[in-house]
Amino acid sequence: MATITLDTVRKVYAGDVEAVKGVSIDIADSEFIVLVGPSGCGKSTLLRMIAGLEDITTGEIKIGDRLVNKVDPADRDIAMVFQNYALYPHMSVYNNLAYGLKNRGMAKEEIDRRVKEAARILEIGDYLERRPRALSGGQRQRVAMGRAIVREPAAFLFDEPLSNLDAKLRVQMRVEIKRLQQSLGTTSVYVTHDQLEAMTLADRLVVLNGGNIEQIGAPIEVYDKPASTFVASFIGSPAMNLLNVKADGDGLSLENGAGLSGSNAKGKDSYIVGIRPEHLQVVDGPSSGDGVNLEVSVDVLEPVGAESFVYASFPDGGPEIVVRVSSHARHEPGEKMHLHADAKDVHFFDSSTGRRID
Amino acid sequence: MVPYMLLLPQLAIVTIFFLWPAAEAIQSSFYLEDPFGFGSTFVGLDNFTDMLTSTDYGRVARFTAVFTFFVTFLSLGFALLLAVKADKVLRGASTYKTLLMWVYAVAPPVAGLIGVLLFDQHVGPMVDLFAMFGWKMQIGVNYFDTSFAMIVTAVWKQIPVNFIFFLSGLQGISKSVQEAASIDCRSGFRRFWTVTFPLLAPTGFFLLIINITYAFFDTFGIVDVIVKNEPGNNPVTLVYKVYLDGFRGNDLGGSSAQSVILMALVFILTIIQFRLIERRVHYT
Repeated sequence: MATITLDTVRKVYAGDVEAVKGVSIDIADSEFIVLVGPSGCGKSTLLRMIAGLEDITTGEIKIGDRLVNKVDPADRDIAMVFQNYALYPHMSVYNNLAYGLKNRGMAKEEIDRRVKEAARILEIGDYLERRPRALSGGQRQRVAMGRAIVREPAAFLFDEPLSNLDAKLRVQMRVEIKRLQQSLGTTSVYVTHDQLEAMTLADRLVVLNGGNIEQIGAPIEVYDKPASTFVASFIGSPAMNLLNVKADGDGLSLENGAGLSGSNAKGKDSYIVGIRPEHLQVVDGPSSGDGVNLEVSVDVLEPVGAESFVYASFPDGGPEIVVRVSSHARHEPGEKMHLHADAKDVHFFDSSTGRRID
Repeated sequence: MVPYMLLLPQLAIVTIFFLWPAAEAIQSSFYLEDPFGFGSTFVGLDNFTDMLTSTDYGRVARFTAVFTFFVTFLSLGFALLLAVKADKVLRGASTYKTLLMWVYAVAPPVAGLIGVLLFDQHVGPMVDLFAMFGWKMQIGVNYFDTSFAMIVTAVWKQIPVNFIFFLSGLQGISKSVQEAASIDCRSGFRRFWTVTFPLLAPTGFFLLIINITYAFFDTFGIVDVIVKNEPGNNPVTLVYKVYLDGFRGNDLGGSSAQSVILMALVFILTIIQFRLIERRVHYT
């Protein structure tokens, strides 16, 4: 168990492609950090640099107090779980788990004890003699996890470990990973592009975009106070509604002139305003309450069971608006709808930089 | 009827160029042919017993075994080494690979000819090279020197084929499995023998059979050019001896008996190959 410290870590590939642009993160001991972002944001590169599978162009990575920039992957005391499991196809499950320990010259009895223990925790004891190809996706995933935990490393590195599983298994394994990490207390860095996985697993989220950190924080903090329009649209599903608005004296108006009422309290000429789908309330008539008031027409109703989402648009075009409504609400396409969001639920972002304005 | 019609050209080719001559060979292996073609006498298994008891045949068979072993082992070994190195090359990789595969396009007799030039008594650079170490090579005169030149030329000719297969085999090994191994095992050498090599084994088995077949049969051209039609005391392979006894010695019966033995050998190799391919592990 150890802390992991990243100090202005950069990765530049041949041809001056800068994949990671000076990232600094302090990861506490036993912490579960999730690196999240769209593909190409540098999250996997960052993880692979911690693992030692990619060279660090500039900057420093420390595991515990040890600078590991030049340390061989096998000597970094980390274990990695790969997206496609990366099991050794020619070895039995037992040997897959034991391989890393054997290479470290561990005594046979100790290897056996650790493998049996991991197999018990992960419930793969029945397949120890099988080859990976005789296992299902979920079982392979467990073996990959087992290979990581037998090592008892300072840190676990997960590279999108659940994306090859079907939806049901993914939820199940997600819970299991969380439980396992909590009971073992091993520092973990987890890469995913799935914001739901990120939200549910993380002690702290690191939202990455184009090789830069957009925001670091506890999941709920990131959700409640997104630092930029990028984070606002990436975290949360469906995404936050973002509207370009112009200051109109003391009030606000949509750029295309559609009805939007609210007060300009921040003293700028234009903003991007963000409202989460669950913060938009359907009201009976034109509302003039403090906050944002919109008039839209319904395009599509999308029931997902516990709730439904209405996709609506402004009469003369402009951005699509998503509203969360109760699962029993009935809205017909073409129907007019008045929406209201309280002032406290409206996020303001700078229209040029996209950064949050508080 | 139509399916049979479509098969006909292939069946015709197999029959005319393979089955028929094979049947002829089997038949004439039981006869003693008159050298001038005036007739033949049934001699039962005499051709076979004569052959198997002759010291000359034993000598050639032993040389063929040694030759096959070295050609197979060395060409596989060098090709694997080159493929492993080529797999790691990032810059200029395609040029490097093309250069390594180039020799593949050289026909065996031409390869033999190049080999002969390289090992020529007067102008051969290889002879000069070894002379610097005090080894005066005498190709075509000294049995060992001639064998050496033959093996080197045959290996050189076969490396590209093996290289192509090994390289594609290596590139078929999942990157993340190799990365997982690099986290699990510090030593690159150990990693190669415990992960990369076992995963290459299916390719290796396949190539082993291909190479044995090559060393046995496809080296005819190389042998022919190096011994320059003057076998004398020089090393020759079994296939070359079939030709020598049949067409130079005019002993068609004995030559046929030898080719029947070779046929049986190929048959066994083919069965092994099919077994291996059937059982060939398909990793997912």
